[in-house]
Amino acid sequence: MSTTEKALEGTGRFLDDRLHGASGLNRFLRKIFPDHWSFLLGEIALYTFIILLLTGTFLTLFFQPSMTEVTYHGVYTPLDGVRMSEAYSSTLNISFDVRGGLLMRQIHHWAALLFIGAIMVHMLRVFFTGAYRKPREFNWLIGIIIFSIAIFEGLFGYSLPDDLLSGTGLKITQGVLESFPIVGTYLSFFLFGGQFPGHDIIPRLYVIHVLIIPAVLLALIAAHVFLTFHLKHTQFPGKGRTNANVVGAPMYPYFMAKTGAFFFFIFAVLALLSTFAQINPIWLFGPYNPSAITAGSQPDFYMGALEGALRMMPNWVWNVAGHTFAFNEFIPALLPLGIIFGGGAMWPFIEQWVTGDRGEHHILDRPRNAPTRTGIGVAAVVFYGVIWLEGANDVIANHLDISLFLTTWIARITVIVGPIIAYWVTKRVCLGLQRKDAHLLEHGIETGIIRQLPNGAYVEATRPVSENDEAVLISRTGLPPLPAPAADEEVPAKSMRGGMGRMRLALNRVVTEGIAAPTGNGHGEEHANGHGEPAAISGQGDQGRDGQDSGSSS
Amino acid sequence: MSDMTEGPRDLPQGSDGEQDEGSRAPHRVIGTPPPAEARTLLASEQEPPQRPRIIVPTGPAAKRGERLVATFFLLSGLASIGFVASYVTLRPGSLVDTLRSNLTLGIAMSVAFGAIAIGAVLWLHLLMPKVEIPEDRHSIASSPAERAEFADTFAEGAERSGFVKRPLVRRSLLGASVLLGVAPLVVLRDLGPLPETKLRHTAWARGRRLLVLGPNTPIRPADFSSPGQMITVAPEGFEDNQDAMAKAATIIIKFRPGQLKPPTVMNWAVDNIVAYSKICTHVGCPVALYEQTTHRILCPCHQSTFDAARGAKVVFGPAPRALPQLPLGVDSEGFLISTNDYHVPVGPSFWELGGSGFSGGNEQS
Repeated sequence: MSTTEKALEGTGRFLDDRLHGASGLNRFLRKIFPDHWSFLLGEIALYTFIILLLTGTFLTLFFQPSMTEVTYHGVYTPLDGVRMSEAYSSTLNISFDVRGGLLMRQIHHWAALLFIGAIMVHMLRVFFTGAYRKPREFNWLIGIIIFSIAIFEGLFGYSLPDDLLSGTGLKITQGVLESFPIVGTYLSFFLFGGQFPGHDIIPRLYVIHVLIIPAVLLALIAAHVFLTFHLKHTQFPGKGRTNANVVGAPMYPYFMAKTGAFFFFIFAVLALLSTFAQINPIWLFGPYNPSAITAGSQPDFYMGALEGALRMMPNWVWNVAGHTFAFNEFIPALLPLGIIFGGGAMWPFIEQWVTGDRGEHHILDRPRNAPTRTGIGVAAVVFYGVIWLEGANDVIANHLDISLFLTTWIARITVIVGPIIAYWVTKRVCLGLQRKDAHLLEHGIETGIIRQLPNGAYVEATRPVSENDEAVLISRTGLPPLPAPAADEEVPAKSMRGGMGRMRLALNRVVTEGIAAPTGNGHGEEHANGHGEPAAISGQGDQGRDGQDSGSSS
Repeated sequence: MSDMTEGPRDLPQGSDGEQDEGSRAPHRVIGTPPPAEARTLLASEQEPPQRPRIIVPTGPAAKRGERLVATFFLLSGLASIGFVASYVTLRPGSLVDTLRSNLTLGIAMSVAFGAIAIGAVLWLHLLMPKVEIPEDRHSIASSPAERAEFADTFAEGAERSGFVKRPLVRRSLLGASVLLGVAPLVVLRDLGPLPETKLRHTAWARGRRLLVLGPNTPIRPADFSSPGQMITVAPEGFEDNQDAMAKAATIIIKFRPGQLKPPTVMNWAVDNIVAYSKICTHVGCPVALYEQTTHRILCPCHQSTFDAARGAKVVFGPAPRALPQLPLGVDSEGFLISTNDYHVPVGPSFWELGGSGFSGGNEQS
């Protein structure tokens, strides 16, 4: 023991003499991380990114980003003698001639899918728990940028092998790009070095895919992780957890062991998938040929929403003064994801404006405690989900044996109606859950034990919820009131005047809709919402009273 | 790991398994700040805190846990050796070899990573004491004094540099910076040629034979054994030119007499054989599916559907205009030829297309 300690001490002194690391590193090692499974979602994204860098680097050692035509003579005999681009032929070589090449390629592809999937789920977690609130708005914005460029990174990487499937994807990309008003044709010619397909696009996508976007992603991810660290992690409500502390286990050794294990676990899962689950078998698709295509072909899942939007859009075009507005192309390319990304980016600030809540939040919201936000989130998920499913409408039509055109019409209607219904239902469910929570706090947990009182009446015995559950249940805090008129005046506060002020007030009524927090003993007044406004859910509040389990109400 | 087990040797043995170390933190009421003692554990500036009493699980269960953890780490090591062995012994050379190599390498790699992950998690759960420590958050915002100091520093620097007081220097620098930022953009000009009218022309021209793609042979109207087939053709001389084929790919379909209806341009059909661009007018996928009974051409990408018997006008889907029709003729040897290029641009819409692109003889009705 003493020798080990001595060696450590010596090394430590050597380093600290030169780097002055001890005090900073000490804080680092003692850093507290709260524990919850959903906090690992972002880590999945982080670790798949590292795996992408490792496997991607391996692939660059063998891949030839060139569209020069060659004749294939390799291990994969079905394509022997076929003329193809060097990009495609070198991808075949990676798959069949380079030992471990197929494994690396498949890990790379699976990791890419997991990377974007993990980002999506992580963002949903952050949204629904309100983790993006002050002071974490920057990190939310960084996350949205990471998400959007990760989609391009995936698309470009997927296009590099120059197989039939990815070549078709590139043609679609080019067709959409060409449709953009005024600049589209020029953008397309400059990106492709002339007309599609030309000979420049693969080398250009290659440098974007292996250098430019990874560098940007690396910088953004570093900033993202640093900010998470610097601002300290949020935590779910619980016993002893306040807005002014963070409760959990220290970085060293707990978080290090956990997160290290998690990295290895993710790598193992990806290796296992890549061993047994074939992905992107480009040798089956054949080299790209602009006059050929396969039916039922699907892009990677994260492109599904763009694909679905293209399929769903009616064929609207305007011809004005010799120019064409191809709404049928650039609207689906820009609008749906524009709503998701743009709306997501603006949401924290919209919410602050509507609620007037500009305080710091380190305790996460339970989704039910922010019914409007949760409703909007679920509406966005439904909106995205419908478009995404429409991206596979031919497969759906085929499996469900319904008309292809019908699937598109269903999607066109559902994409508008679905989110509205989803919002309404989600909000009602949230309010019902709030009512259930209030009931639990007021009356305790039903024990199933019936007691007879001396006067002959029967009552059910309840026991109070545990301290930790109580801390969770009382975590719902009311929102601060909007600037109110001065006590003796009718005139609204300055920020509440005019059209914007009225809109703000109306939206505020929507977001503050909720069940009044119970007082903890006796029956709370259920109609107040902290603003003196009658609760918009009047009538339903009654259902939450007295013994009704209102978890399923309305 | 040796530190972990040796540390608490002289401590009284606890019961097997996990110990709640939180017991050393006094019980608190919800919402109250943590006691000061807990804070001193974390603040390194203050006098060196007493090392907390660490109770590490001991006893037979912990011993078993230790062996279990080590077993998984050893398993990972063996898998790594297996990975190298598989790499060295299994060489590619055929499809089967490749798949076998992929299988063994993949399994070895999965085990090598997975066993370390499992070992580390077991270590965490079986051998490390559970802790839950509160740490104070500090206000994110700097104190007013710090902000004021920063503002002073900034103002001081601005004053020294004269950035505010010397507008000539400031404005000329800003102007130069903008120009410097914009000027390099011109080097991007050579990324590609200008579009000009390139999108309006294809490789088809007067007298160019139609080659059946694949065998690359010309075709006579009489070669159609029966109506109904859809055949992909290329302009002769361009069948291997991908850039040309990306726009010139064409389909020919033979109909029974009387089946072809307006707005098909009948003059451009030969012997009820009609030719349309294979490039979808939506985003440019090849329209590769044809349903004989309904004469419908379907694009597999986004399901734009065209009526082949009626000038390939749009029946459904996101495509905004009919597939352009290629004027056909027959040369002196009886082979099908194009008598001209497409009269309207093929493929997806673009800014310069304009309304004329929608009326090329076979206009959408």
